[in-house]
Amino acid sequence: MQFMLLFSRQGKLRLQKWYVSLSDREKKKITREIVQTILARKPKMCSFLEWRDLKIVYKRYASLYFCCAIEDQENELITLEIIHRYVELLDKYFGSVCELDIIFNFEKAYFILDEFLLGGEVQETSKKNVLKAIEQADLLQEEAETPRSVLEEIGLT
Amino acid sequence: MNATTVVPQLVQILRTLVMTGYSTEHSISGVSDPFLQVQILRLLRILGRNHEESSETMNDLLAQVATNTDTSRNAGNAVLFETVLTIMDTRSAAGLRVLAVNILGRFLLNNDKNIRYVALTSLLRMVQSDHSAVQRHRPTVVECLREPDASLSRRALELSLALVNSSNVRAMTQELQSFLESCPPDLRADCASGILLAAERFAPTKRWHIDTILRVLTTAGTHVRDDAVANLTQLIGGAQELHAYSVRRLYSALAEDISQQPLVQVAAWCIGEYGDLLLEGSCEETEPLQVKEEEVLALLEKVLQSHMSLPATRGYALTALMKLSTRLRGDNNRIRQVVSIYGSCVDVELQQRAVEYNTLFRKYDHMRAAILEKMPLVERGGTQDEEAKESKEAQLSEAALVSTEPPASKLLDLLDLLDSSSGAAQPPPPLEPSPGGTLGHLLDLPCASPAPASVPNLRVFEREGLQLNLSFVRPPETPALLLITVTAVNTSGADVTHFVCQAAVPKSCQLQLQAPSGDTVPAQGGLPVTQLLRIFNPNKAPLRLKLRLTYHHLGQSVQEIFEVNNLPAETWQ
Repeated sequence: MQFMLLFSRQGKLRLQKWYVSLSDREKKKITREIVQTILARKPKMCSFLEWRDLKIVYKRYASLYFCCAIEDQENELITLEIIHRYVELLDKYFGSVCELDIIFNFEKAYFILDEFLLGGEVQETSKKNVLKAIEQADLLQEEAETPRSVLEEIGLT
Repeated sequence: MNATTVVPQLVQILRTLVMTGYSTEHSISGVSDPFLQVQILRLLRILGRNHEESSETMNDLLAQVATNTDTSRNAGNAVLFETVLTIMDTRSAAGLRVLAVNILGRFLLNNDKNIRYVALTSLLRMVQSDHSAVQRHRPTVVECLREPDASLSRRALELSLALVNSSNVRAMTQELQSFLESCPPDLRADCASGILLAAERFAPTKRWHIDTILRVLTTAGTHVRDDAVANLTQLIGGAQELHAYSVRRLYSALAEDISQQPLVQVAAWCIGEYGDLLLEGSCEETEPLQVKEEEVLALLEKVLQSHMSLPATRGYALTALMKLSTRLRGDNNRIRQVVSIYGSCVDVELQQRAVEYNTLFRKYDHMRAAILEKMPLVERGGTQDEEAKESKEAQLSEAALVSTEPPASKLLDLLDLLDSSSGAAQPPPPLEPSPGGTLGHLLDLPCASPAPASVPNLRVFEREGLQLNLSFVRPPETPALLLITVTAVNTSGADVTHFVCQAAVPKSCQLQLQAPSGDTVPAQGGLPVTQLLRIFNPNKAPLRLKLRLTYHHLGQSVQEIFEVNNLPAETWQ
């Protein structure tokens, strides 16, 4: 996978993960083009399209478009599965996820994506493991946030 | 650790996964860990490429995966698809490849658009290597042409074009043409050129070929490639027996619609060339069509005047009108009128043609028939025939020159130009105007009445029905110039072939012999062969003319040398 984009029906970008290095300007340009192309497509059309030398696989969940760009030799159908698995992970984590969840907790969305995909490839195929890893990370964060009195910090009491 | 050790291990892992492994957290809808399966298959594909041994090890496993995977959900289809890709890319057994094609065929019948898209793309990759296997699924592919989804129909179009072969060409062309009528505009150009290419490679009969091209031109005329016109004219020109048929079909098509430029160009050319066949009467292959001369002329005039016609199209129409002046039986007033109107046209090329044709009517009427006779078949890339036509046109403009200095050098340059261009591959429509060098002179041609031909014609030779006549013109502007037209007429029953006429004059005069209109004098008083001699006699020396003729007649080779004794005094005084 070269990159993944999430954007709303109005064309606002909610999440972008790039697995290739490009300049900021290029990224913006590509994003704009792809968003325009996909929003122009009718609902009944096929989920795959060719764009430059890449294949774009996209799927619409409620008001969000999930879009991945893969290379020529990759399997489009399994990419659809990858997108679906990601949505399931988000759903499990947030409990019935909607666009607002992603807007307000975007850093969590990125963490989950990074647990699931690494360098554009699937690194953990077990749903349970991904979620467990996220939970542990959350726990660490909470521990760090809860205020402890000075005495507790030293170890007395 | 290399491929040979790794592959068996991978095979083992995958086998276990497919057969036994089942864990809820890793599986998707009954398929155990599809992500892992796909990754392993991908790795096997990379390892097995061009590697006989590894491919063999994988064979059983691939067959097993292909047959055991549950395909009710997308995950299963994804694994199956990856298996097919791996089979395609490694050196798998023939039976396995057939299995792969069948799986793709099954995909094609699936309701899910995505799966059909994926199947079409993969079949396109396989069509080169496993052509016969893919052919079996041709009907399904053709079905996919009718999809409203543009990306699917594009893939289906590419695959259909790759599947056309000599046995299914008629059916496929039918399907492709109905697709052409309804397809989105960006696919039209590809579809049209695809159909034309397929027709060229696999046409069962010439008539079918012409019909197909005609239909494509009427449906998607504006989207065809530029050389389609040239190809079609060459094709029609070569199909002698189909001239009448083609000209009728084209005439009816043109009568309905004059907006499709390639169609109009081809139709105009055909009507010009074969106008006499059009008016003849019935042709058994089409419905009886009574066409009157007036209608044909009216149609060509309409094309000329229409604002939709490109300049090139107008050029075709004007030349066609001119050719009809020799083909039709009526008088030529209407044609002459049109031609003279266009003599002042804004478009320079049209104007040049019109002025040339005007001059042809006025001064060189006797050469008109020879110049406008039916064209010999033009080879692609421009050859001798084309150059002969070009040189004829060059002579016409040369003869029309009334400049004082004899353009001897210009003529030589012209001939050199034509000779050197024989190597260049140029397939222009064979009606190009003469080289532009003479344009300037043509434009200041005074539209005066022809020079007084007060010198009587002379018959100088007759033998077994072949007669040679000389006619003289002394243009008043150049008193030293004498133009002699040699006309050879054959009243015998046999054709005279390889006719060559050469001339010699005294050293005080200069002679230029221009190319004859042909080298065959047809029998029974058919179209005579004419040749122009230019004699420049500044000293007004008494003119003597010696002629040498060589030709074949009645099975004999004849050579005659004689002097013309009774040249009238007006020719040189």
